[in-house]
Amino acid sequence: MANTIVQEFTKGLWREIPPFRLVLGLCPTLALTKSVENGFGMGVALTFVLVCSNVLISALRKIIPGKVRIACFIIVVATFVIIVELMMQAYTYSLYQKMGIFIPLIVVNCIPLGRAEAFASKNGVLRSALDGLGMGIGYTLSLSTLAAFRELFGTGAITLYEKPIQIMGASFEPFGFLVEAPGAFVCLGLMLCVMNMLGKK
Amino acid sequence: MGDLFLFMISCILLNNILLIQYLGNCPFLGTSKRMETATGMAMAVIFVLVLAGVMTWLARKFVLVPYDLVYLQTIVFILVIAALVQFVEMFLKKSIPVLYSGLGIYLPLITTNCAVLGVCLINVQEDYDFLQMLVSSFAYPVGFGLALILFAGVRERILLARVPKPLQDTAIGLVTAGLLSLTFFAFKGMV
Repeated sequence: MANTIVQEFTKGLWREIPPFRLVLGLCPTLALTKSVENGFGMGVALTFVLVCSNVLISALRKIIPGKVRIACFIIVVATFVIIVELMMQAYTYSLYQKMGIFIPLIVVNCIPLGRAEAFASKNGVLRSALDGLGMGIGYTLSLSTLAAFRELFGTGAITLYEKPIQIMGASFEPFGFLVEAPGAFVCLGLMLCVMNMLGKK
Repeated sequence: MGDLFLFMISCILLNNILLIQYLGNCPFLGTSKRMETATGMAMAVIFVLVLAGVMTWLARKFVLVPYDLVYLQTIVFILVIAALVQFVEMFLKKSIPVLYSGLGIYLPLITTNCAVLGVCLINVQEDYDFLQMLVSSFAYPVGFGLALILFAGVRERILLARVPKPLQDTAIGLVTAGLLSLTFFAFKGMV
């Protein structure tokens, strides 16, 4: 069943939204959803890498020999990751410091590699770009939602542009468990459960 | 010596790579359904990470820093790890077939295991000397293996339980991992 071009874009937003439908790229999902800022930053960085690597890989798909394709994909992804890393160092240094090693780790995040292998190496440039964009936006949305939930109930405030905005009233007792490591796992698990309930089956 | 021992314990338990630092979660959920696969994966990660830690540390110290190429660190590290994994696979296949039959299928998966690249990057970021690097490259994957094997044990029991439909498989796995992470979290009071 061939998807239309619009469907290539929208499938990343709901039907195959990472990381809920495709359980890939979990590490940054867990580590960088302590605050909305981090989650959103990660989402944008990943979207950039995903779109660029999808476009390049799909443009080169006839040249890359089948046997060494994974190595080629990794090099393409790594190149764009370095670009993101240097850009973030230059323009958003505080966010870069907070995200720490998770920016270079986009290289081994399964999403860019998975999309390269499953989609970009078989489809045209436009379709791959839309697929990357859809997946990236879907990932950003999921990360931001999860981060908003954890930050709102974990600290009672949402941080935007490094300024915490108090949302909960003064009587609200922050549920600190949520912003710690165990809370990340439990939250993501419950979120998956909600997605399964809302999903098609 | 005592310091190094304390450092090792903190890498295994306090800063457990899986449950506290959130690295390597894809294989954590992927290979923990059966005890056998979990043990195989744990062994393979320990084996490769010690080698990868040494190689990347040397590559950085003697190639990247002297030639001012540190900005290429990510790409060099991933290539070193990928090449190393290939090499280890071929070497084991030829000379130690027993070990190969145990670890074989897990080796290719390790290239994209973020715990491996993650620990190599931590080593560099924290500016460890050679001995500290050696300890951390050994202790982190031991912590990974410990958590993975514990989790596989729990997960085998979950198979027997009746789990509500929306929670099945990964969702319940993550909630369980959260509880396990809570246990490891308690070690924070130790040091």
